[in-house]
Formats: sequence, structure tokens, C-alpha cells
Amino acid sequence: MNPLLQLEKVSIRFGGLTAVADLDLRIGENELVGLIGPNGAGKTTAFNLITGVYQPTAGQILFADKPTSKLKPSQLTRRGIARTFQNIRLFASMTVFDNVRTATQLHCARGVRHALWRGRAFRQGEQEVESHVMELLEIFHLENFFDAEAKNLSYGDQRRLEIVRALATQPKLLLLDEPAAGMNASEKNALMQLIQFIKDKFQISVLLVEHDMKVVMGICERIAVLDYGVKIAEGKPEEIRANPKVIEAYLGEESLKNV
Amino acid sequence: MTEFLQQLINGLALGSILALIALGYTMVYGILRFINFAHGDIFMLGAFAGFYLTPKIAAIFPTPSILSGLLVMGISMAICAALGIVIERFAYRPLRRSPRLTVLITAIGVSLFLEYAGQLFFGAAPKKFPALIPSYPITHVGGLSVTSNQIIVFIVTALLLVGLRFIVQKTKIGTAMRALAFNPDAAALMGINTDVVISFTFALGSALAAAAGILFAVNYPAIDPLMGILPGLKAFVAAVLGGIGNLPGAALGGIIIGVTETLVAGYISSTYRDAIAFGILILILLVKPSGLLGKKEIEKV
Amino acid sequence: MNFRHAKTFLLGAIALCFLVSLFENQINSYWLFISYDIGVNIILAVSLNLINGYTGQFSLGHAGFMAVGAYTAAVITNQFGELNFFAANGVFIVALVAGGLAAAIAGLLVGIPTLRLRGDYLAIVTLGFGEIIRVIFQNMQSVGGARGYSVTHNYTNFFWTFGLAAVTVYVVTSLVHSTYGRGFIAVRDDEIAAEATGINPTKYKVTAFVIGAFFAGIAGGLYAHSKQFLTPDGFGFMQSIAFVVMVILGGMGNTIGVILAAILLTLLPEGLRALADIEHIPGIAQEFPLSWVGNARMVIYSLLLIVLMLTRPQGLFTLRKLKIKN
Repeated sequence: MNPLLQLEKVSIRFGGLTAVADLDLRIGENELVGLIGPNGAGKTTAFNLITGVYQPTAGQILFADKPTSKLKPSQLTRRGIARTFQNIRLFASMTVFDNVRTATQLHCARGVRHALWRGRAFRQGEQEVESHVMELLEIFHLENFFDAEAKNLSYGDQRRLEIVRALATQPKLLLLDEPAAGMNASEKNALMQLIQFIKDKFQISVLLVEHDMKVVMGICERIAVLDYGVKIAEGKPEEIRANPKVIEAYLGEESLKNV
Repeated sequence: MTEFLQQLINGLALGSILALIALGYTMVYGILRFINFAHGDIFMLGAFAGFYLTPKIAAIFPTPSILSGLLVMGISMAICAALGIVIERFAYRPLRRSPRLTVLITAIGVSLFLEYAGQLFFGAAPKKFPALIPSYPITHVGGLSVTSNQIIVFIVTALLLVGLRFIVQKTKIGTAMRALAFNPDAAALMGINTDVVISFTFALGSALAAAAGILFAVNYPAIDPLMGILPGLKAFVAAVLGGIGNLPGAALGGIIIGVTETLVAGYISSTYRDAIAFGILILILLVKPSGLLGKKEIEKV
Repeated sequence: MNFRHAKTFLLGAIALCFLVSLFENQINSYWLFISYDIGVNIILAVSLNLINGYTGQFSLGHAGFMAVGAYTAAVITNQFGELNFFAANGVFIVALVAGGLAAAIAGLLVGIPTLRLRGDYLAIVTLGFGEIIRVIFQNMQSVGGARGYSVTHNYTNFFWTFGLAAVTVYVVTSLVHSTYGRGFIAVRDDEIAAEATGINPTKYKVTAFVIGAFFAGIAGGLYAHSKQFLTPDGFGFMQSIAFVVMVILGGMGNTIGVILAAILLTLLPEGLRALADIEHIPGIAQEFPLSWVGNARMVIYSLLLIVLMLTRPQGLFTLRKLKIKN
């Protein structure tokens, strides 16, 4: 059984800078994988490669056994890859409800014609969308805010909303880009439970980029480590924690001498 | 062949004027990432400043001379520089942190205001710009004719370009301008007074536009309050053509547009003259949006 | 927003327009023609609002689409002489729709190259397209070129003007207030996030341009058969800016606000004209009152724009505040 996502020797160069070099990465069905590394290691670049924002300059990416080259981000979302962003990107002028509703658009076939004619098919479609969105909001305890403007939510709620919106696209693979950024300890615990819950309930794979080691070590089944665009280690959390190359990458050779 | 060279000379004169205006656009865009729609109207105001100044200067220096011409140009440039500073201070600075669209609309508002207030105060009918220095054609071998006014355009433009280059490359404030264009936050952290540098940039650009206005008026003596619209747009296209934010690019773009437009008007059709610049704009944005001398900007996700 | 009864409202509005239309001859013709202007401007402002307000594509070339529709419709109806009531109206609606379709094609041609452009660039390019369209008509001798084109029939009446305005409002609002239509706003708010949620920004932008242009074309056709004389200069970027002012004043993406703004700004020159009859302000170059009004109108527009952007960029009629980005 082939893995859900395969990166084979993927590289990308920006002018003279190689942001990601020869990256091999595999993510199977229903796996929770972490991607860590110091700042500038290329983690978000890897995300952008997987989601089609950038095209690799070498290597190939396969999702569900099909290559993703030349596909635009919206097409990849249709295939089943969803993501959140490092800096929360909600639709600021819309309500919470509408933010999620927008994400259901790709699976409902009601387009221009239906919106204008407003016949029974349209009304039915909108009903389905409404119940689907409220269901999701209830699962994640946001149903009371459904009418609020997205930008008025607390930071933690906004992060949660972004994740809910990504889930509304019915993905097979969810990419979370530093979801714990700016959270306090209790919020991080809640986040960890949330991610675990999502993986179990929706039976999807999750690729997590995160700086907070507690979060990463706490929930990831497998961790890959990037440094300067190169994968320097991969394995279970305990293995990574003890890996000297990883420690060196984060803390520098000097500190290793003092250990 | 002489016809072609003749048109070339005319085109170069027009292009030089466009280049001077384009430099103002590109400097402001380089620092603030915004198109100062009102810039073309500063060009117009420079011409009008010259128009109203000339009789006053003539009262002091009755015979037209290089000195009186320089005085008119210098004072007009100063007036427009001050105007540029005022506009920036009151219309654009409060919006520095606003969405780009808001300040764009404001710029359109300023432009319209200058144009139509101009029509109210100066009158809409074209006025004849007085001769600063008596003009005479210089005929070369082969029947080529260059007017002394065109030579003045070339000389003044060249001097201004050299002066600009000096300011930008060799002075402290010029270096500050370049730093701001590169990275505004870092520049502020280095102790550069952003507001002063931005004001200076506007002043500089406006002064160049004023000079362009007078050079234009000397060669095409009919001035009216709406005269800045088309040259302004064409100069903007020139700035984009050369690579917006890039000073030599703006000058190059101006020359190219001036020459192309004149040649097309001369050889193909003069009625499509005004559409040429827009055609070039669409072409360059489709083919190489960063412009001839510009660098590609990648958006960070 | 609940649009369960949207279609009923539409039909009701159209019926109302029809009724009013029957009593047109009782109404003062001066105000009747102003009402046509209002209706036409509502269509233009609401259709532009789809492109600028809801989808965030700052288009400065809307008058170009209007021109395409105006000339197309005029050329078609000019082929016919005197017609009876039914034939005349039949030809009229066909001409209007044809104008709309022609404008829609122009919208497609403008929308596609501008897809990758943002903000300032998009504005300038659309302005450029608008100017190119104007220059083309200026050189098209078959429709009079710069001298102008005479429109034989004055088919525009209250029913057509406001009936079609009602249709425009219905189309734009029903479209935007559907799940599909949320995509337009998503593209405006954050194109990258929109892509990540499976929305194809290209499709939405082009759709907005095409639909917006279509209705601008219809407005152009109505305009042509009311003024009965077309000149390319009447469709320049000053006109486009006037429509943009309506959208901004009303609040980008606020259809009701935009309608109110369109009415307000159509009546503004009339208000000024009334003032002009009362007194001339000393010190201002005195020419014919008409051009004084024109200049004063533009000066007021421009000051309005500046003050509005400095104090209330979300428009006069919007309740929410505009977010300040850092």
C-alpha cells in the first residue's frame, strides 16, 4: 500500500539559494507526522511545495499516487490536501459561519446558475451546507460564535477556526503550520488534544510544523528534522530527542562540547 | 532616412520630458509602494507656475536670457517641491498604515482636485506659454532641424539626471532613500528619520516634474489644467516599463515611450498615439512584469 | 441574509416599474430624465461593485464596458425605422442584451490579462483598457468617431430602466449571498487563503468581470436611448472614476449603500446647478454656468474622496469599520 504523500528527492532553488534540497518524505494514511527544524530550515517552504504554492525545481511529489506537478493550490485542495498558515489567514470581513461555508464550496456543485435561479436544488444545497457547517462548528465548540465576525474572535479561537475551515474541505491530509504559535501552556494542551481528536475522528493524516518541542514530542508518531533545507534525521520522538545531529542543529556545536 | 532621424530627435525630446516625470513616480513607488496619481498634475502646476512667474521675472530682467529662464525654472521647481511635501504630509502620511487601495483612491482624489480646482482658478481654456528664451531652429547637414528649445530639453534633462544621480548615490539623504526603498523597517531601526526622507523624495520628484512641465511648455506652448493627465499616465507606463523602483529604468522607459510614440504617430497613424503607451503597458505586464531593468519580487506566503 | 423571497421581490419590483411606466407622461420630463440617469447609474454602480467591492479587483475602466454596450445597442436599433409598440420593445431588449453580451466579451478580454495583477497595477491597466476602448471608438468612423453618433430611437423608459436595475441588483446580490458567491469575497479578503480552501481565484475574477461588464453594457444601451447622442469622450476615465466614487462612497461590497450613493451622486450636479442659478462665487473664473457646475462637481468629488479616505474609508453607508493593516 503506497503512502498517501510521497516527496522524492524534492529540491527548490530561489535564485542562488537552495531552500530545500533532496527531500525524501513519506506520510501514510492516518499518520501524525511532525516536521521540525531551526528557523529558516525550509519547513514552510516544504509546506508550500506540497500545497502547490511553489513548484519544485527538482524531484517529484506524489499524492495518492498521482503527481502534483503543475497543479494549482486550489486543485490540490480538491484532491484532498488542506492547510493552515503560519500567520492566521482568515477571511477577515466574513463571519465565522461564512469562513467555514466558503470551504464547503468545492464539494457542492451549486454554481452561478443555481445561485441565480434559486430553485429547489439551490435551497436544498444551501440547507445541506448550513447543517454541515453548524455540525463542524459544534464539534469544535464554535457554534455560539457562528454569527460573529471572524476577526473579533480570540487568538486561540481564530486558530481553531482556521483548522475547522481546512477540515471543511474534507481533506485526506491536513498540514498545520505552527498552530501553537502565540499560545499559552493550557491552550497548547488543548491544541494537542484537538489535533489528536481530529486525526482520530476524521481518520486523516496530519503533517505538523511546530517549534514547541512539547507539542511535537507529545503527539507526533514520527518526526522529520530539517536544517538548511536538508533532512538530517527522521524517526520516533525518543530517537529524535537523543539524536546528536538534531541537538547540534538547534543549539550549535559549541553547546555540544559542553554536554 | 532624414525623416526617421528627425522623428527620432523629436521623440528623444518628448522622451526626456517623460523620463523626468517617470523618475518621480518610480522614486515614490520604490519607497512607499504606491502610485502617486497626482504626480502628473504637479507637472501641470510646474508649467503654470512658470506661466505666472515669467512676467514677474521679466519685470526685473526685461530681456529674456539664460539667467531669467533659470530663475523661472528654479523657482517653479521650488514651488512644486513645496507642494509635493504638503500633499504628502496631509493626504498620504495619515494613510501610511492603511490598505494600499485607500491611499490609491486618495491619490486619485488629489489628482482630480488639482485638475478641476485648476480649471476653476486658471480657467479651462488653453493659455499660451511665453518664450523664456527666444527660440531658433538649428539646421544640420542633410536637412535635420533641431530647435534651440529641444536642445535646452536635452541639456536640462542631462544636467538634472546627473544631479539626481549625485544626490541618490553620493549624499547621505540619497543613501537614506535607497535604504528606505530596500527595507523601510530596517531603515527606521538604523535611525533614519523616515518622515524626512519621504518628504524629501516627494520634493525631489515634484521638482523634476515641474522642470518637465516647463520644458514641455516651452516646446508645446499651449498649457491647460488638464495637460498633466496623459503625460502623467504615459510617464507611469515608462516607469513600469523600466522596472518600477529603478531610476535608470525610469529614464530608459521614458525615452523608449517618447521615441515609440513619435515614430508611430509619424509613420503609422497619429490618432492612435495615446493608445500606444497603454498598449506597451499591457504588453510589458504580460511578458515581463518586473520591467526591463527590474528584479522579480516573490511574495512570501 | 434571507433570500427566500428574493425572486418575489424582483417580480414585484418589475411590476411596480411597469405601473409607474404607464403614467410616465404625467411626470415632469426634466425629472423623468434625471430618474433615467439614476437608474442607469444604479446599474453601473452595482455592477462595478461586484468587481471592485465584492471581488476586490480595482477596475478603473468600467466606462469602457458601458461604451461597448451603448454603441452596440445603438447600432442595432438604428437599423430600424418606426416600429409599433411590441416590435419596438422587442428590438430594444434584443439590442440591450446584445450590447450587454458585447460588453461581457470586452470584460473577458480585460479580465484575463489582469488576473495576476494587484492593486495599483490592476487599476492602471484597467484604466488603460478603458482608454483603448475609447480611442477605438474615436477612430471608428462607422459610428461617427469623434464627431459623435446619433441614436434614432428614444426607447428608454421608466420600466426598462428600473426594471433592469432591479434585475441587476437581484443578480449581484443573489450571486454573492450564496455559498458559491462567498468565493468572491474570499478572493478579495485573502487570495492565498481562498486558494487553500479550494477556490479558483481566476474563475471568480473573470466571472466578476464578465457579469459586471454585461450589466455595464446594458446600462450603456439604456443611456444611449435616453441621451440619443454618443461621443467617445463621454466614456473616458473621468466617467469610470465617477462610478468608482459611487462604489467607494457607498461602501465596497455594500449593495444598498452603493445604490444610495448612486442616487446621491446623480442628484449632486442638479443640486449644484440650482446653486449656480442663485449666485456666482466671486473670484472664480466665470464661464458658462454649465461648466462651472461641471468643475465644481469634480472639485467636490475629489475633496469628498480625500476626506472620505482619511476619515471613513468604509464608505458613508457602511456600519462596520475598515481594518487597518500593519
